[in-house]
Amino acid sequence: MYRYDEFDERFVRERVAQFRDQVNRRLSGALTEEEFRPLRLQNGLYLQLHAYMLRIAIPYGVLSSQQLCQLAVIADKYDRGYGHFTTRTNLQFNWPKLKDAPDILDLLADVQMHCIQTSGNDIRNVTADQFAGVAGDEIEDPRPVAELIRQWSSLHPEFSFLPRKFKIAVIASQADRAVMKSHDVGIRIVRNKAGESGYEIFAGGGLGRTPMVGKRVREFLPKGQLLAYLEALLRVYNLEGRRDNKFKARIKILVHEIGIDAFRDRVEAEFARADAFSDDENAELARISAQFEVRNYEKLSARSETFEAARKSDPAFAEWVAHSLFAHKVDGYAAVTISLKPVGGVPGDMTSDQMRFFADLTDRFSLGELRVTHAQNLVLPNVKQDDLHALWRELGKAGLATPNVGLVTDIISCPGLDYCALATARSIPIAQAISNRFADKARQDEIGPLQIKISGCINACGHHHVGHIGILGLEKRGQESYQITLGGDPTENMAIGELLGPGLAAGDVPAAIERIVGVYLDKRADGETFIETVKRLGVSEFKAAFLAGAQNEAA
Amino acid sequence: MKLLDRNGFRTDDFSRAGADGAARLDAVIVPFADLPSTAARAGKRLGVDIPNTVTVEQLAPHFEKLALIGIAFPASTDGRGFSLGRRLRRAGFKGLLRASGPLIPDQFPYALACGFDEIELPDASAARQPESQWLQALGAITLPYQRGYARPSSIFEQRRQARKEAAHG
Repeated sequence: MYRYDEFDERFVRERVAQFRDQVNRRLSGALTEEEFRPLRLQNGLYLQLHAYMLRIAIPYGVLSSQQLCQLAVIADKYDRGYGHFTTRTNLQFNWPKLKDAPDILDLLADVQMHCIQTSGNDIRNVTADQFAGVAGDEIEDPRPVAELIRQWSSLHPEFSFLPRKFKIAVIASQADRAVMKSHDVGIRIVRNKAGESGYEIFAGGGLGRTPMVGKRVREFLPKGQLLAYLEALLRVYNLEGRRDNKFKARIKILVHEIGIDAFRDRVEAEFARADAFSDDENAELARISAQFEVRNYEKLSARSETFEAARKSDPAFAEWVAHSLFAHKVDGYAAVTISLKPVGGVPGDMTSDQMRFFADLTDRFSLGELRVTHAQNLVLPNVKQDDLHALWRELGKAGLATPNVGLVTDIISCPGLDYCALATARSIPIAQAISNRFADKARQDEIGPLQIKISGCINACGHHHVGHIGILGLEKRGQESYQITLGGDPTENMAIGELLGPGLAAGDVPAAIERIVGVYLDKRADGETFIETVKRLGVSEFKAAFLAGAQNEAA
Repeated sequence: MKLLDRNGFRTDDFSRAGADGAARLDAVIVPFADLPSTAARAGKRLGVDIPNTVTVEQLAPHFEKLALIGIAFPASTDGRGFSLGRRLRRAGFKGLLRASGPLIPDQFPYALACGFDEIELPDASAARQPESQWLQALGAITLPYQRGYARPSSIFEQRRQARKEAAHG
């Protein structure tokens, strides 16, 4: 993974000192609260319902075991012994004090981490595919490009006071595992007909109150021109994005209002005047890429006899394997997804003990590296197949071998009203109730792959729009009310879910989900997954079942 | 209003048209609406105040007679002026570029990088934030990442030079 050079190191250290000074200027009154607010947010510090919340960047979701250990230290010393992984692969601490924030930043800098631009109207933490660099279907590893953008966007002199936040994702395969098209800018590394690699660029995607699928703004951008192109695109947005209404300030609204063709023309006109640094951008990318290369893979055969034998003799292991493995590009290895969603648990939460436990497993089984996924699970990307059975036994001891990755109980949920100042309803208890309702593992297996995503407000941090079943918590006349959407899809076929009907009370949500699932089980063709059935049938039959049940409950 | 440049607070050579005695002064700033009808006068410097929605195309025909363009920053959170300043510089404007509004010290290095020379602060901002805080803000980050902005160097540039030296060494 990427290691800071002397420049990165000094930059992050100076950034800590700068934030410490900003806090002092706020305390002395030199900065008003209004002036301090954007500075605080640019350092990931939110004022929440009960306390401050500090959001730590985990660039493109990659963590070392050493970094995870340090997060455990911070959780114990400055929080209540746990942290919360978000859908942007960040980690949030919910209970730090303002005066401690600079000290926490110092501890983060010690392990090459920071909180830069995890909030605010600026370029946010860049995300990538959780299997980046180990997936066999990638043209190349997207993480070096994400890292290049991370550096370029940090404390950008022109783009730190944008109309609104700006999120970028980078992938390098046809399959989209990073919800790339829901980003302000989505980048896919592709090859052109001549076989050269370059960038396909999408703009104007987003979730939130106005969900939009990103539109293609550039079919092929040659290597070496990415930063110049992004600079041109951001400049058009910075100058022309709406600032009269916070809810219409994202780039998706600009792209929607002027149209993708007009937007493209403006970006291209700006880009035509850009400085060309192309040779050097490639050299810099090569420097970064070299650091991501894993040089200590062992030469193994593609088939592990140890693994195959364990799979045959241990059905519980075989069941976990069926849900948790992803094919690795190197023979004899596998990428393993570890569910952070035990039945009835809190999606995304991890205690400091669990952090230390994972750090140890990461060192023993995954060459010291782990990944955080946007679905709030973890990935050990470099596990020898020979070691899978041993790893599974270790996970089981800690209660972390839940074989439910991708199933109905693997729910994405934002923190909701239990923590978040923006929330209009609770999310976590809804996730827990659904998880408990579908706790029976045989039933989960019968239902198969099904993604439920829950947001506690219209900002859609829980990605409900792209959930196969999406749940949005709102407040209606002082009561929590949950809207259910169907047919959302976070992949390369990204689709926004359709609303099924009026909102439900919290207690009625699990039964409504069961009715929807019931229609699928009734109507599915052989081998058809939930989302395939929904796409084939359309929503009407599901809607009918949803509404029939809702009326019964009202009656 | 208080004027600040990279050396600290300074007196403003310019006055706004319409202010007492402005007509007699050597340096006058006119509103954008008056710019087309205002001619450059020998020995006098002309400046213009613009909102951050004016385009480079609207201003470029007047570049030669303008010694100063003052871009309004209606709030510290409104970053349009940074991009407009950058566009004006890239379009070849060589005169003074002024940011006018309640910026904060942490934005001072950004403004200079985007091509501004000076900031015109409301008195209330200047009273709360002494000169030392503005000058200190300029040194907070020794080397930023981005190349191509109006700064002595950058991390990307230093790495490029190191590569060049390694290649020749």
